Amino acid sequence: MTTTIHSLNPQNHLKRDRERKIVRALTFIFALVSVGTTAGIIYELLKETVLFFQEVSIIEFFTDTRWTPLFASKRFGVLPLVNGTLLVAAGAMLVAVPLGLLAAIFLSEYASERMRKVLKPILEVLAGIPTVVYGYFALLFITPILRDLFPETQIFNAASASIAMGFMILPLMASVSEDALSAVPRSLREASYALGATKFETAVQVVLPAALSGVAAAFILAVSRAIGETMIVAIAAGQQPKLTLNPLQSIETMTAYIVQVSLGDTPHQSIAYKTIFAVGMLLFAMTLVMNIISYFITKRFREKYE
Amino acid sequence: MSTLTALKDVTFERNLSFRKLKGKIFEILAFFAILLGIAMLLTLLVDVFLDGLPWLSTRLFTEFPSRFPEKAGLRSALQGSIWLMFLTALMAIPVGVGAGIYLEEFAPQNRITRFIEINVANLAGVPSIIYGLLGLGLFVRQLGLGRTLIAGAMTMALLVLPIIIVTTREAIRAVPNSIRQAALAIGATDWEVSRDHVLVYSAPAILTGVILAMSRAIGETAPLITIGALTYIAFDPKGPFDIFTVLPIQIFNWVSLPQPAFHGLAAAGIIILLIVLLSMNALAIWLRNRLTIHW
Repeated sequence: MTTTIHSLNPQNHLKRDRERKIVRALTFIFALVSVGTTAGIIYELLKETVLFFQEVSIIEFFTDTRWTPLFASKRFGVLPLVNGTLLVAAGAMLVAVPLGLLAAIFLSEYASERMRKVLKPILEVLAGIPTVVYGYFALLFITPILRDLFPETQIFNAASASIAMGFMILPLMASVSEDALSAVPRSLREASYALGATKFETAVQVVLPAALSGVAAAFILAVSRAIGETMIVAIAAGQQPKLTLNPLQSIETMTAYIVQVSLGDTPHQSIAYKTIFAVGMLLFAMTLVMNIISYFITKRFREKYE
Repeated sequence: MSTLTALKDVTFERNLSFRKLKGKIFEILAFFAILLGIAMLLTLLVDVFLDGLPWLSTRLFTEFPSRFPEKAGLRSALQGSIWLMFLTALMAIPVGVGAGIYLEEFAPQNRITRFIEINVANLAGVPSIIYGLLGLGLFVRQLGLGRTLIAGAMTMALLVLPIIIVTTREAIRAVPNSIRQAALAIGATDWEVSRDHVLVYSAPAILTGVILAMSRAIGETAPLITIGALTYIAFDPKGPFDIFTVLPIQIFNWVSLPQPAFHGLAAAGIIILLIVLLSMNALAIWLRNRLTIHW
């Protein structure tokens, strides 16, 4: 009852109102930190990227087929790095998409509530394992197996990184797809059964198409995660930027290049220092576009059934 | 009668059993997809434990890294990780929870709020190495903090901020509106409602989210390499302005060395890292199950 007495005191009321205003302002500033982070990322990346393009022509950056900024004869064609990044990401998607989609259909259409409660968290553990651990696993477990199967496999290769990354991304692919599948209203399934379709036919020909936009969003999110992934490729995929589609060869991704330069002692004003920001800017732009596409797809598909 | 014969169509029946068989095969296939994921997880864990177990000893906790695998330890890396987590939590928790409270309890429905929300969602999808470049450009260079713990912790704090904000909002949203209205009705201000009621009820769920966010941070490697955390540190970090290394960076360094002995050390380091992560996750699950209020 003391609060009642206190609040009758006008002095106290003013104090409470002031406290309320201070907290609101403070938490607003905290919320703005996220905006500041985005602004900071764009500013820092742009600043060095602009300096970079004062020394290197933007045409060379996007069309030259060699990337050798750390060598005596410097070439600044980013294509080999982009090629490496996309090669590993494509391989990872070959693992993550079929497995993730099957897992999602099983969890949403077939599994009992009890089964879901057990299987889903176990699967999620895959996403919680630090990427440096996957890198270890790719280099020291998957690569030796690959080298037994295909003797021409190089010690550092895109394939082992792809496989490890595929399993890392699997839970993301599975859980976002499952959300989309579960959001399909029950009436659609009942209608399909009423027409005489089996459970499988309903799942694949009715529920999956109805959830396709959500699955597409999951796919794009997964690709975005794959191209931004760093430690697995830095450990297992090598440091040789080249234009190849052979997954058994050593390549270099954009992220692995940033790590390679960061590990060396790079002087602040050097061109090598600027390259990692230029490469980072390109990486940021690629993931940003994908995240935005996936955001809008998800938004549209949500509105459809609510 | 003719309808009944039509229903007993032999080809249809045979067809139907084939269709059902196809369904069964698909169901088994789909189940195997999950099993394959779980099998991969088990293989990874078993592989790491077999590799690392012979190297697991108390020496790892007392020795600094060394060129000689028999003498090498994780002392500076473990201390660096503890320092980094402490400093990151110190910055990320108040800011993240505060931002979550603002967006859920105070924010007006306007363009600025929507902009902030989209921003948070987008930040969650930015690759961690990009945060590293931000930290390098802003904290290490521009603010002149150098490759110190505080620069690393600030980078990490920004990285986990979206996770904390999102989980805080979810936790707060789970508190029924009747609680807020009851408090408002007896004259509490919106801040008092948040502080004395909403936050109290959602604290376990917020804490769960915070622990999960920190478990993400403890395994992160790329942004710290980018800001220039070193791999070889042979002294105990004494404060926020010391240079540092962390557990995953030391593991990365050992994996990158050609000698198999260092791979064993790396595996031992991974075991320690996984045990820490597992304990944090177990704690989070326990908190969620025990303390979360179900309305």
